[in-house]
Amino acid sequence: MTTRKTLTLTTAIALCASGALAQDVTLTIESWRNDDISIWRNQIIPAFEAAHPGIRLDFQPTAPAQYNSALNSKLDAGTAGDIITCRAFDAALQLFERDQLSDLTDLDGMENFSDVAKSAWSTDDGSQTFCVPLASVIHGFIYNAEIFEELDLEVPETEEEFFAVLDAIEEDGGYIPMAMGINDQWEAATMGFANIGVNYWRGEEGRAALIAGESRLTDDEWVAPFEQLARWSPYLGRGFESQSYPDSQNLFTLGRAAIYPAGSWEIAGFREQADFEMGAFPPPVPAGTDGCFISDHTDMGIGLNAASEHQEEGRAFLTWVAGSEASNLFANAIPGFFPLSDAEVTLEDPLAQEFIGWRDQCESTIRPFHQIVSRGTPNLSNESWTASANVMRGTWTPEEAGAHLQDGLSSWYEPHQ
Amino acid sequence: MSRPRTKRRPIRWHIVVFLAPAVLIYTAIMIIPLFGTLNLSLFTRGEGNTREFVGLANFVTLFTDPRWSGAFWNATWNNLWFFIVHMLVQNPIGIALAAILSSPRLRFAAFYRTAIFIPAILSFVIVGFVWRLILSPLWGVAPNMMDAIGIGDWFSPWLGQESSALTTLALISVWQFVGIPMMLIYAALLSIPDEVLEAAEMDGITGASQFWKIKLPLILPTIGIVSILTFVGNFNAFDLIYVVQGALAGPNYSTDILGSLLFRTFFGFQLQLGDPHMGATVATVMFFIILAGVSLYLFGIQTRMRRYQF
Repeated sequence: MTTRKTLTLTTAIALCASGALAQDVTLTIESWRNDDISIWRNQIIPAFEAAHPGIRLDFQPTAPAQYNSALNSKLDAGTAGDIITCRAFDAALQLFERDQLSDLTDLDGMENFSDVAKSAWSTDDGSQTFCVPLASVIHGFIYNAEIFEELDLEVPETEEEFFAVLDAIEEDGGYIPMAMGINDQWEAATMGFANIGVNYWRGEEGRAALIAGESRLTDDEWVAPFEQLARWSPYLGRGFESQSYPDSQNLFTLGRAAIYPAGSWEIAGFREQADFEMGAFPPPVPAGTDGCFISDHTDMGIGLNAASEHQEEGRAFLTWVAGSEASNLFANAIPGFFPLSDAEVTLEDPLAQEFIGWRDQCESTIRPFHQIVSRGTPNLSNESWTASANVMRGTWTPEEAGAHLQDGLSSWYEPHQ
Repeated sequence: MSRPRTKRRPIRWHIVVFLAPAVLIYTAIMIIPLFGTLNLSLFTRGEGNTREFVGLANFVTLFTDPRWSGAFWNATWNNLWFFIVHMLVQNPIGIALAAILSSPRLRFAAFYRTAIFIPAILSFVIVGFVWRLILSPLWGVAPNMMDAIGIGDWFSPWLGQESSALTTLALISVWQFVGIPMMLIYAALLSIPDEVLEAAEMDGITGASQFWKIKLPLILPTIGIVSILTFVGNFNAFDLIYVVQGALAGPNYSTDILGSLLFRTFFGFQLQLGDPHMGATVATVMFFIILAGVSLYLFGIQTRMRRYQF
């Protein structure tokens, strides 16, 4: 008897509970930013839920390296979340072409974004957009201001000054001039090649010429960045060949290295780890360059799973993301991921302000190999990792690296054949 | 002449019933996926989202396209070297350790046995991480220890150099798995009956020559099994490379083995989109390489091996 009573009671409670929840729609968010999990749970989700009763959010990140493959498998199997964080360019475009992402061209709030911001998540002709641009990352160098003060160093503006600073630190002998390793390879390409190269190939101009087949990777503007990378190696400290990405981060935040070739995404982490003043400078310009360029790479967008049952609620969330409230929230919660919307955004972190301030002085461009030219096999972007690391290790000369990349590109890309 | 078969033998249903669970499970999780993979390698993704049958074209690409075949042969040779290091280092050390452990005069044998076996039960992630730290030129203990005994100049960032990275990884893997041949051979040594050894002693064969002349021939079948396990394990290896060097198997693909090539091809990596059809092609070739190795052993070596019944 008692058992039955308890059972009935439990069922009743369960029924009540599910009845109350039935009105709420839960949107699951797929993302690779597992570093941001607490920011989403504590700041972004509560802000959205307060404004939109009836819609609940569940942030479910995957490890970055597995994200693409995990997401593709989940989408194919129909088990993916409602909201999809989009990688830039082809990875997301492929999903859209397979009808796995909804068309968001007419989403309310899309008008807040420029065509450049939308380019990473639009079809090649720009007619359809399938993800809301969320954030970009800017490359530059972060330096330890205390070491600079101690050694009486000026922040370098030209390449010549940059190497003079490195020499001065080397000569003092107390610090490693620059913290970077090539074990993981991508730092060499991303924080090295894409970071400093923009001044040589003149940003968008060079990138467009490469896509159009008008410039080749064996040309000076593409080989020169490799030449500079080769010059970096002696300043990187002992054993940089097997130094990993976290090793480099630790070297810098422990105050053992003076300069760190960076992406702005490091800001949040460095703020937590480092207890010294930090400053930042954009990639130093080579002699004889007019103006300056920065790699301001569209990195993260957010879209809607076409198979989701909650299209309407999903669009409501994305409209909110595209608005100015969310832009401000994201920009300050995750300093270093800069909003792409035209809405007025106030940044509080001085280092982040420094980075975003370069947008006014220099011309922005995205990483050179992300759009179109990495669509085939061999993959130009991945090849550029190996090439940059090989040049820094001294396995290849800069010319060999350029020739190797060009060979790979010519093997499948028509404008280069 | 023959007596009429009045009764046919009844069908022995119990055999079917007893075999069914294993057959069903094995079919569902091994045989069907295996044929699924073989099948997948005969197709390619066409325009839109369709599958197109292309016969053996994927295999032709893999073996004749200079990029694919370059990557494939690089991975195969690296894999072969990985296997050779295991055969030359792991198995002899395993045999030696087993021989020492089975010596009745050794004290704390159980302790050594456990200590040497423990790395084999550790996760690859832990092993990879620990060794990366040990060998780190920045915070590793290896450079300091080598400095302390005066050979600090010999230290170099082994994992970051093309010439040494693969051998270093192979030796890390040897360190991790040396316990397994040790255990198998130790068990084989213990199963050698005392009468045989006593008879040998009567004939004046003792000590090292007893090991070479009596014990080693008796454990040869086990060494064969260990070799084939090493072969299969090495040609399926992936985890350690991925943990230590990432999916691009740096530096400059010098640690790329078939498993990491398969991973990159099948699932894609960063901007490289996954290609399940080429991936299945690589997987199929891996399957045939392993099948060839195992068959060679089974039909070429094992059938000729002499077995001793006690």
